[in-house]
Amino acid sequence: MTTTHEHPANPAAGDPDRPVGFGRIQRKEDPRFIRGKGRYIDDIVLPGMLHGAILRSPVAHARLVSIDISAAAAHPKVKAVVTGKDLEGLKLAWAPTLSADVQAVLATDKVRFQGQEVAFVVAEDRYAARDALELIEVEYDILPPVVNARRALDADAPVIRDDIEGRTDNRIFDWEMGDAGATDAVFARADVTVAQEMVYPRVHPAPMETCGAVADFDPIDGGLTLYETTQAPHAHRTLYAMVAGIPEHKIRVVSPDIGGGFGNKVGIYPGYILAVVGSILTGKPVKWVEDRSENLMSTSFARDYLMKGEIAATRDGKILAVRTSVLADHGAFNATAQPTKNPAGFFSIFTGSYDLEAAYCSVTGVYTNKAPGGVAYACSFRVTEAVYLVERMVDVLAAKLQMDPAELRLKNFIRPEQFPYKNKTGWEYDSGNYAPAMRLSMQLAGYEDLRREQAEKRERGELMGIGVSFFTETVGAGPRKHFDIVGLGMADGAELRVHPTGKAVVRLSVQSQGQGHETTFAQIVAEELGIPPEDIDVVHGDTDQTPFGLGTYGSRSTPVSGGAVALVARKVREKAKFIAAAMLETRAEDLEWEKGRWFVKGDPGAGRTIAEIALAAHGTLALPEGIDGNLDAEVTYDPPNLTFPFGAYICVVDVDPGTGRVKVRRFIAVDDCGTRINPMIIEGQVHGGLTDGVGMALMEIIEFDDDGNCLGGSFMDYLIPTAMEVPDWETGFTVTPSPHHPIGAKGIGESATVGSPPAIVNAVVDALAPFGVTHMDMPCTPARVWEAMQGRATPPV
Amino acid sequence: MQIPAAFDYVRASSIDDALALLQQHGPESRVLAGGHSLLPMMKLRLARPEWLIDINELTELDYIRRDADVLRIGAMTRHTTLLESPDVGRLFPIVRDAEQVIADPVVRNRGTIGGSLCQADPAEDLSTVCKVLRAEAVIRGPNGERVLRMDEFHRGPYETALEQTELLCEVRLPVRQRSGSAYEKVERRVGDWAVAAAGAAVALAPDGTIEDAAVGLTAVGLEGTATEAETLLRGKRPAEELFAEAGRAAAAACDPVADQRGPVDYKRHLADELTRRVLRRACGRAGAEREG
Ligand SMILES: Cc1cc2nc3c(=O)[nH]c(=O)nc-3n(C[C@H](O)[C@H](O)[C@H](O)COP(=O)(O)OP(=O)(O)OC[C@H]3O[C@@H](n4cnc5c(N)ncnc54)[C@H](O)[C@@H]3O)c2cc1C
Repeated sequence: MTTTHEHPANPAAGDPDRPVGFGRIQRKEDPRFIRGKGRYIDDIVLPGMLHGAILRSPVAHARLVSIDISAAAAHPKVKAVVTGKDLEGLKLAWAPTLSADVQAVLATDKVRFQGQEVAFVVAEDRYAARDALELIEVEYDILPPVVNARRALDADAPVIRDDIEGRTDNRIFDWEMGDAGATDAVFARADVTVAQEMVYPRVHPAPMETCGAVADFDPIDGGLTLYETTQAPHAHRTLYAMVAGIPEHKIRVVSPDIGGGFGNKVGIYPGYILAVVGSILTGKPVKWVEDRSENLMSTSFARDYLMKGEIAATRDGKILAVRTSVLADHGAFNATAQPTKNPAGFFSIFTGSYDLEAAYCSVTGVYTNKAPGGVAYACSFRVTEAVYLVERMVDVLAAKLQMDPAELRLKNFIRPEQFPYKNKTGWEYDSGNYAPAMRLSMQLAGYEDLRREQAEKRERGELMGIGVSFFTETVGAGPRKHFDIVGLGMADGAELRVHPTGKAVVRLSVQSQGQGHETTFAQIVAEELGIPPEDIDVVHGDTDQTPFGLGTYGSRSTPVSGGAVALVARKVREKAKFIAAAMLETRAEDLEWEKGRWFVKGDPGAGRTIAEIALAAHGTLALPEGIDGNLDAEVTYDPPNLTFPFGAYICVVDVDPGTGRVKVRRFIAVDDCGTRINPMIIEGQVHGGLTDGVGMALMEIIEFDDDGNCLGGSFMDYLIPTAMEVPDWETGFTVTPSPHHPIGAKGIGESATVGSPPAIVNAVVDALAPFGVTHMDMPCTPARVWEAMQGRATPPV
Repeated sequence: MQIPAAFDYVRASSIDDALALLQQHGPESRVLAGGHSLLPMMKLRLARPEWLIDINELTELDYIRRDADVLRIGAMTRHTTLLESPDVGRLFPIVRDAEQVIADPVVRNRGTIGGSLCQADPAEDLSTVCKVLRAEAVIRGPNGERVLRMDEFHRGPYETALEQTELLCEVRLPVRQRSGSAYEKVERRVGDWAVAAAGAAVALAPDGTIEDAAVGLTAVGLEGTATEAETLLRGKRPAEELFAEAGRAAAAACDPVADQRGPVDYKRHLADELTRRVLRRACGRAGAEREG
């Protein structure tokens, strides 16, 4: 049963006129962004600041023979040239990754991917730094690269990580979830089984702002101020303290305005560490900002999952089991950011939104000579891959059974009375009500009419496709007992201070990259305390100013930090109650709360507003026993479970039969993210995620040639969608609050990125049904669609 | 930020000044027009000129002028100007077709027809357009002016007949009676360079047969125009079967290479398919003009 009674559906959800609390208000951060007054990493200029640039490997796999820096060091504007050897001396040549591996900061023995960091130049300006890179002579002894993950485990494959003692192959991990035996048994007796291999290609988050840092080391007091493009300032600080040996209290990490993250800015990149080294060596602040090609070629990519899916069902379309095996390409270092116990992230949510008898998955991670990374690009820790797999498989099954894909889904959903639902790989879905969302989506789309139109068009040889996907997300990591990153529990803190005049400041451990935290979190406080959002300052991104917490990724800000903020506001409210009682000379238990004030039960005229209480708290009022003289509180929130947002998406495409060009004509997205805070921000998140989805489904891929050269190193080669490729989004929503979250909110940041690619690919495959196509891999470029029409659909890798 | 190698910069004040500067600074100097090809190459350090001679102040090279049976277009005419010109749209609909799919408004506001032709990128759309319109290039240099046909001007990928000391000043498009033209491009995304594109221009005889035809292809390794297809078309009445035949001939004449935009057979297929489409549209437009 969904315990919705604890958190009744928010009456203001979607109400455009609600001025405070939940509601559609304009974003508080936008005036500065719209006026060009945001302060990004490259806007930071410190007195005497120097500039760093990184020399990168031109080849994918080679032994370093020699590096000659003499000409670069002699450049009149160059202040320092750093190589891997220098870093070895400082014990900084290798840094731990977020997945218990190590990554070279500057290469010492070998280079392992094209674009890997080889040397660092610090100069008076960035032009000189860049020029000096050309003066460094590096001799490489070229080795054969491992480019195709399928070859990585071959007996004769070159061992990429010979830096790790005892390593004789390229296997990183084997991991499994579910019950293999039970699943095999279901498959053995099922009427119908289908199997499909599919690739979720390597894509890149490509945030508009590339990564960068300004390091300012003070040689006198040994303090380090590090401005960084990071989604997780506190986690970074702790890691720097562990790695660099600078005491944690001497490190201040500041994450200023961030121009998009999408997971790209979770990890610690060599460039950040090099900026710090540069500052220590020169005694001056050092700025390092990567260029577009560096960002695309060397920073955290996403996906790169080679998957095989299998589904077992009865003849009339009851899905019984799903089985999958995955080969995961992690690149040269295992640097994915994910909870320690989850080497494949939350991929085991591949059971989707369906009530299964059995499920099993196995994932093998391998090293290849490609850039490291893996969890990035709005992926909810691999939920993107999982949802793509199951939603594509359900369509493959629908084609086999000749059933309508929407009907097939409706037939198999987990029923509302089954929640909280324990799936076959160990997750407990908090709440859900799937069929109404699916039906709403079909109604908004005019599903029956679309199918009729499609039938008529097929008669005329026109190619129209309708694609359906239904996803369940797994976000808000997570309970400390289950989830940590390099030992740090995935909780978040919040501090709230109500000033004497009743205005407030709330301090967060998460960091916005454009999600609108300054508005959403002010609204949560507003809802709880009745202070208007504009009177609440939201502070984030500076470790000196904010409480500890793990940061923003995996759609965790509202589920985790949002919980912390609601609870800290409630703590303040409780404290206010005692102060109000003293002011009203009554007992606290005789008071009743209405938004913004405590009043005496049965005597609504006798009350005190939060502002009045705040002034009294800081004034001369005799405070009750145990209440100190402020209206402040702090909280660290350890969520009891993850949250499980869901949604029903329908996509309509037209394909040009002569050229294979795909046009997304319509896209209907019904999302359920539990309690809705600011609908405008929710819709913005959905619009952005859907656009991401169009990019991945139709055009995005980081490819490599046989030598391991990256073929996606610029925006001329790595295509991201524009307004011209996307339709007018049609959105709708249902509200099924989370029973365990303080305000019932579930998170929305990645839903659309997770849910949209399968809807689009399903639509393209549906359009190509007259050619007998039952599957094609992303990206559905004109050439690849045309090949599929010729019966030659090929995987992209 | 991508940073080019060091260079010097000078702004030319007249055509003669530009020519003098080109001579003065020698082989390592380059003319800067819209900069949308040259600057990206410099930022990637694929081009490293020592001097940039900026010709953006030469407004005398920014014009579109009808002169009897020629439309004269100054080399510094921007893509946007071409796109918005009613004369160009009426006389040469192929230019408008192409301009709508060249890059994006930001690039089109700066990029010029002169820069496009001088860049001679095999995927440059205006090169194909000018070829099928049988354009002429007016060039000035230390020894005065010379006029070249497009097949003389373009010598191959990234190669033109221009001397280092010369400036492309004007493009002349001959205006023909009862003519029609069209362009169609397949791209992976708006603003991307062509996977393949085709352009066609036809002139009809008074009896409705095709008097003259030109077929060009972009990004698929066709030098000049598809002469076999053109021969097939000449003297015939526009018809689907004829377009199909011409499409096949054009596809056979090209020599695409496989890359991230697609494999060879797909590009060849596009050469065929797009040739049919642009011929259909060009003949339709010419027919409409004949009737109107
Ligand atoms: C993102 C992007 C997408 C693009 N997409 C397309 C596309 O889809 N299709 C397409 O056709 N083009 C495309 N382009 C190219 C665009 O059309 C350029 O504007 C054009 O190629 C060059 O014109 P320009 O005026 O910018 O030339 P510049 O970059 O200034 O110059 C190019 C070259 O020509 C020389 N030059 C320029 N003018 C003269 C002259 N008058 N005399 C002698 N030499 C000269 C320069 O010295 C230089 O070598 C794209 C460009 C970008 C940046």
